Amino acid sequence: MIEVQQLEKRFLAKKAIQNIHLTIETGRIYGIIGENGSGKSTLLKLMAGLIHPSKGSVKVNGEPVTRKSASHIGYMTDRDTFYPYLKVKELVDFYDSQFPDFNRERAQDILDFLSVDPDEKLTNLSKGNLGRAKLAVTIAREAPFLLLDEPLSGLDPMVRESIVKGILQFVDFEQQSLVITTHEIRDIEPLLDEAIIIHQGRKLAQQSVDDIREHQHLDVESWLKKNMK
Amino acid sequence: MTIDFQPDKPIYQQLIDRLAGEIIRGIRKPGDKLPSVREYAVKTGVNANTIQRVYREMEQMNIAQSRRGQGTFVTENTERLQELREQMKEEYIEYFVQDMSDLGFSLEEMMEGLKLHQKEKGDSHD
Repeated sequence: MIEVQQLEKRFLAKKAIQNIHLTIETGRIYGIIGENGSGKSTLLKLMAGLIHPSKGSVKVNGEPVTRKSASHIGYMTDRDTFYPYLKVKELVDFYDSQFPDFNRERAQDILDFLSVDPDEKLTNLSKGNLGRAKLAVTIAREAPFLLLDEPLSGLDPMVRESIVKGILQFVDFEQQSLVITTHEIRDIEPLLDEAIIIHQGRKLAQQSVDDIREHQHLDVESWLKKNMK
Repeated sequence: MTIDFQPDKPIYQQLIDRLAGEIIRGIRKPGDKLPSVREYAVKTGVNANTIQRVYREMEQMNIAQSRRGQGTFVTENTERLQELREQMKEEYIEYFVQDMSDLGFSLEEMMEGLKLHQKEKGDSHD
């Protein structure tokens, strides 16, 4: 379980995250939604232990999160921060060398499933295939929590669909939970158990997608708009 | 295939309707094995928890049956499937009649309209 309590993050005078409480349970998929600049990515980095809270806490399975929490948390950045001269298979080797829970076989299966050539250099990959390769190495880890920052952003509909399917095929939801930030809600809604709205650094709402549809008769995108008014 | 879901109805409900429709049309026959949860999740692009709920609710409706270690199957109770067919018919008729009444059509107009529609559709096939 990841428990976020009274979380606050300031960058100089700017409050990027304010008083956020939330719980991530095993076996569920959470979507953190909101506009660009709402604080979604900052929240994800705080949960991954990559930046420190100004106030409040993040606990992973009861322990305060630190950079060492990487053994429990897989994190995929929205930036392209890989050495461009690496081949895909060398990226797999690198992940394998960094993370004891990295499952090589799973990585290979995911690359096959997503039709990414392991002998290709990262610099020669299309944007879509680079997105697929990043996803493959991230979800090939058997970490209990996988945090994906904007995995669909800027990718075409075919690639977005294949990424959603890759997640459904290879993440082990008996053992793992997934937290995804996105502003592309339509593609990802059927994948989510719960949606969380972040707006100006605050959590505006959290609800299960089924309840939003059943009780409010709205899809997640309309629910987001309604909450932003 | 991913599915375009209607915005105002739970996704699990829409998948139940979809599978029930396939059973009624005979695409899935009594006793047929339904896809595994993961298989159907990947096929439809829908969360595995939602697919589990779909199968659980179909079991409660007695149109599917799970066998331990083997998966979920379409029921072999054909009486129940006949009943399901009737239920779906009534459901669709209710939607139709409701919408048409809201637009101010009388029952006679609806029946006339249906006959005419069917006739024209039949003619266009000739």
